[in-house]
Amino acid sequence: MRIDEVQRQRDAALAALDAVDDAAALEAWRTAALGRASAVAALLGQIKAVPADERPAFGAAVNAARQALEAAFEARRAALEARALGEALGSDRIDVTLPGTLPPRGGLHPVTRALRRICRIFADMGFQVYQSREVETDDLNFTLLNTPPHHPARDMQDTFYVTDDVVLRTHTSPGQIHAMREHAPEPLRIILPGVVYRNEKITARSEIQFTQIEGLAIGEGITMADLKGTVENFVRRLYGPDRAVRFRASYFPFTEPSAEVDVSCMLCGGRGCQICKGGGWLEIMGCGMVHPTVLANGGYDPDRFTGFAFGGGVERVALLRYGIDDIRHFWANDLRFLEQLR
Amino acid sequence: MRVVLSWLKEYVDLDGVAVETLVERWTQAGLEVEGVERIGDWWDRERLLVGAVTAVHPHPNADRLVLADVDYGAGAPHRVVTGAPNLLPLREAGALDRPLKVVFAREGVELFDGHAAGWHKVVLKGRPVRGVMSDAMVCSAKEIGLSDDHEGILILDDGAPVGRPLADVLGDVVVEVAITANMARAMNVVGLARETAAILDRPLRGVDPATGAPLGGAGAEGRGAPRAAGSTPPPAPAATAVVADDAGDLCAVAIEAPDLCPRYTARLVRDVRLGPSPEWLRRRLTLAGMRPIKNVVDVTNYAMLEWGEPLHAFDHDKLVARAGGGVPRIVVRRAAPGERMTTLDGVDRALDGDTLLIADAAGPVAIAGIMGGADTEVDDGTRHVLLEAAAFDFINVRRTSRMLKLTSESAARFGRGVHPALAETGAARAAALLSELAGGRAVGTVADAYPRPPAPVLVTLPLRDIRRTLGVEVPVDAVLGILERLAFDLTHHVDGATGAITAVEAVVPPHRMDVALPVDLIEEVARVYGYDRLPGTRMADPLPPQRDNPTWEVDEAVRDALVAAGLQEAISYRLVAPRAEARLVPGAGDADAGGTPEHVTLRNPISPERAALRRSILTGLLEATAGNLRFRDRVALFELGRVFHPRPGEALPDEPRRLGVVLTGAAEAAGWRTGGGRKLDFYDAKGAVERVLAALEVDAAWSPGRHASFHPGRTAEVRSGDAVLGHVGELHPLVRRQWGLGDDPVAAADLDLDALERAAGRVRPFRPFSVYPAMLRDLAVVVDEAVAAADVEAAIRRAGGALLADVVLFDVYRGAQVGAGKKSLAWSLTLQAPDKTLEGKVADGARARIVKALERELGAAAR
Repeated sequence: MRIDEVQRQRDAALAALDAVDDAAALEAWRTAALGRASAVAALLGQIKAVPADERPAFGAAVNAARQALEAAFEARRAALEARALGEALGSDRIDVTLPGTLPPRGGLHPVTRALRRICRIFADMGFQVYQSREVETDDLNFTLLNTPPHHPARDMQDTFYVTDDVVLRTHTSPGQIHAMREHAPEPLRIILPGVVYRNEKITARSEIQFTQIEGLAIGEGITMADLKGTVENFVRRLYGPDRAVRFRASYFPFTEPSAEVDVSCMLCGGRGCQICKGGGWLEIMGCGMVHPTVLANGGYDPDRFTGFAFGGGVERVALLRYGIDDIRHFWANDLRFLEQLR
Repeated sequence: MRVVLSWLKEYVDLDGVAVETLVERWTQAGLEVEGVERIGDWWDRERLLVGAVTAVHPHPNADRLVLADVDYGAGAPHRVVTGAPNLLPLREAGALDRPLKVVFAREGVELFDGHAAGWHKVVLKGRPVRGVMSDAMVCSAKEIGLSDDHEGILILDDGAPVGRPLADVLGDVVVEVAITANMARAMNVVGLARETAAILDRPLRGVDPATGAPLGGAGAEGRGAPRAAGSTPPPAPAATAVVADDAGDLCAVAIEAPDLCPRYTARLVRDVRLGPSPEWLRRRLTLAGMRPIKNVVDVTNYAMLEWGEPLHAFDHDKLVARAGGGVPRIVVRRAAPGERMTTLDGVDRALDGDTLLIADAAGPVAIAGIMGGADTEVDDGTRHVLLEAAAFDFINVRRTSRMLKLTSESAARFGRGVHPALAETGAARAAALLSELAGGRAVGTVADAYPRPPAPVLVTLPLRDIRRTLGVEVPVDAVLGILERLAFDLTHHVDGATGAITAVEAVVPPHRMDVALPVDLIEEVARVYGYDRLPGTRMADPLPPQRDNPTWEVDEAVRDALVAAGLQEAISYRLVAPRAEARLVPGAGDADAGGTPEHVTLRNPISPERAALRRSILTGLLEATAGNLRFRDRVALFELGRVFHPRPGEALPDEPRRLGVVLTGAAEAAGWRTGGGRKLDFYDAKGAVERVLAALEVDAAWSPGRHASFHPGRTAEVRSGDAVLGHVGELHPLVRRQWGLGDDPVAAADLDLDALERAAGRVRPFRPFSVYPAMLRDLAVVVDEAVAAADVEAAIRRAGGALLADVVLFDVYRGAQVGAGKKSLAWSLTLQAPDKTLEGKVADGARARIVKALERELGAAAR
């Protein structure tokens, strides 16, 4: 009889739970069905009135009813939560195509980027960076590099003069003399990046200021074959493993034998295009074996030591890499240029 | 240099050598080919032929047209109608005694339209002209694309073979070759022929030793010269010319400056008739890039282009007249002080004491090696020509040419060095050509002053040095062959024991003035052997000691720190206008444009805008900022580089390395989530610099400072110990205006990279951090405006002691609540014990101690 009452109360509460449809109603139901004032609590309060022999069965029935209600509550709560999450996921959508949020972006100058690539490649071959001053004596810029006054090779380089004896360096080669005199008779393996100056008209193809990088290796067994191997390795790492490299005879007063280095055009693959003027080759650097006079001026005995040197323009590396058509972009500091190439 | 291949082939046998091969081998061996021009490669071999006009008749219906009978080797002459102005005078001539060689074009051939402006090709079609059928024509130079001359038909030389395709007669190839400073020997046809013969291992063709004329060759065929084999022996360096006994009556030469003129020869050619040169010579000069003028001048140019010996032609009668009818006495001397002369370009020139003159009793007649004088110039009345062939000191020629700003083909050659031994041949060649082409009578050399024959140059090359330099064993036979082909006279040094050749002693031929050292010979071997035959090896030499390069590393770390802080690297011209730099200082916007003593100024700038080296790293950055603000609302730039400060009494300036930063405009990039419109200011520049200091591990202190370009109340000095690292500030409003930078603040930094490098690398050792919970306490204090936030923070840290783990300023307030002249600084304190959980009352106690200290030390009041 009393057990019937327990079951009836349970069924009534379960029926009420069916109508519960949100979190507030569920909480109200829990208070009503399982709280202190609930029917289950009231039934449990009556246990002392139950005859002793029926008490175990009654108690068990009430507990079973409470567990059933708690289980039903949990199930309902989970169902409601799942439904709410589902609705939230459906409505909390964002436009993932809106631009991302970024701090302002900085960037390196393209010449710095090119220089870093070059320096990294040479660093792997044991070349260390050496830098020196930009205003030089005529002696260091020319004479000690086997280019005495009135030497025809001086026509190759139009020079800015500060006085008769002081020039803006026309190449980073004075650094070769500085480095040699600093380190002779140690072997030497350096690269010399830096700003150099030429008195030329500023056009799309020529500048008064540009960045050069030279290399110098001196030792007791350095050969022209080493020069070729070093330059080939560099060129293929910089421009790609499939590039053909060509050495041809040329003239610089500070090296002998001297060579120009051409690389097969990376834009047309050597078939000939506008960039390589149809020839399929691009001139990228000059090089040669350090002239004995220069070795001696640097403090190395030419009978014991040999060396090679090479040099080229850094802007040209960026020009070729990005297809830049006008060298005047480099020092204009126009953000529309710099931000494209950083 | 423009190399005319038909001309070159008169001196070197290139039969069967493709132009492409020549181009490739020249380029490999140091004669860089910059272009190839093929003359007449499009000419129709069937329809464009050498013809001979055998008769000219009047046109029955037109006064300004004639009928020409042209023999083109096909039996009966072909009749064409033409209005060529140079045939019109022959309209009544009928059969010609001396047929005129012309370019004959048959129907269907493609030609340039001679009448239209510009260059348009048209196909020749037969049509009646005033009632007479014309299905062929005789061509002008323009119609076959040789030049823009359409004033008449092209008349070929009499020797032109009738019926031959024009391509075989006038067709040619011109190769543009870049001549480097060491290749002066190849700046002429004969010299290039020698080079080519050596490079390609081809035979040279023979030369008549008396006249320098080629004895045969492909190109000479058209001129009827005989073919012969032979070689071009270099002239002996010290041999003087045979001078006729009576020559002293014709001309005398005295060299007063033998240091500048080792040799001067004169040759006389009598009874020349001035006039135009023959077509073949005009054509060659044109193809070689020189303008034909008249035969005497053309011949001297031709001989110069061919042999590399610049020649000058004097009018002998004028010299005689200047000598008062006596014997012209030529003196080679330095110019006297104040001496002047008018060169043949009509310019009156002031000479200096190092200018070498060719003079006679009446004064200068030429600037040696550069240009002749107007007074003794050859003209239409000239009868006898005195040819000068000499040698001059190349340095002096270069110096004078530069001093006078006067260049010439002659100066270009003498300026690179012409050996005295070459004088004879060049002059002989010209004299022979004058006899042949201008009806002259070559008398021979009338004077040869040769005070200083150069000693023969001997160079000994140990063969092992070839391997030592090149890194590859070039076979001895190859070495000997190459040097011999290049006309070095070799003596072998042989090892007595093995019989092997250990060294060669080379007598350097006179045309090789670039060879004096063993390495010069190694280069010869390498470039002719072929650089492409050298292997590419990795250096086997020991690696040198490897060293740190703090300068480079600091520069790179600074760049990375600033890029990470959102700044863009700039690189500016280091050459600026001193006037622009004056704008870096308030109120100096309209300063004098001239250079100031504080700048390193150029003697030869390209423009006033690029006349001096910058003193400040800010110059380029501000210029860039002004430029970019025209289309950007945010500019954040930095630059690293040298600035240049002259040092009194020193030849070379100081070149300190500086770091510049400029920030202006919107603090945030415009975007859909940004807003508030905060502008970049001092604190953004300070933040960027703090990033740099952190990256370099510099302990720095900030205090109010002064900088000439900055706002006096918004400038900080950054120090590390006693060293000033530089300044951070906002531009002075006047400086901002002087640079046209708008109304927003422009924050900037001007830092000393050398000082930063010295201060860098103060490593702070690791401090263990507490694992116990921290207590947070806020603290707002009111202080006088004059009290620096840094002093408040320092006092907080002192009073907080070991428990104070961190302190952050989170608000600065000014206003009614704190009163005028005061400010409220709100701090967030993090208190933490290293060894236990801190109790709240301990944290409160610490905060109270801090408040007391601030009240006592700074007169602060807690809010």
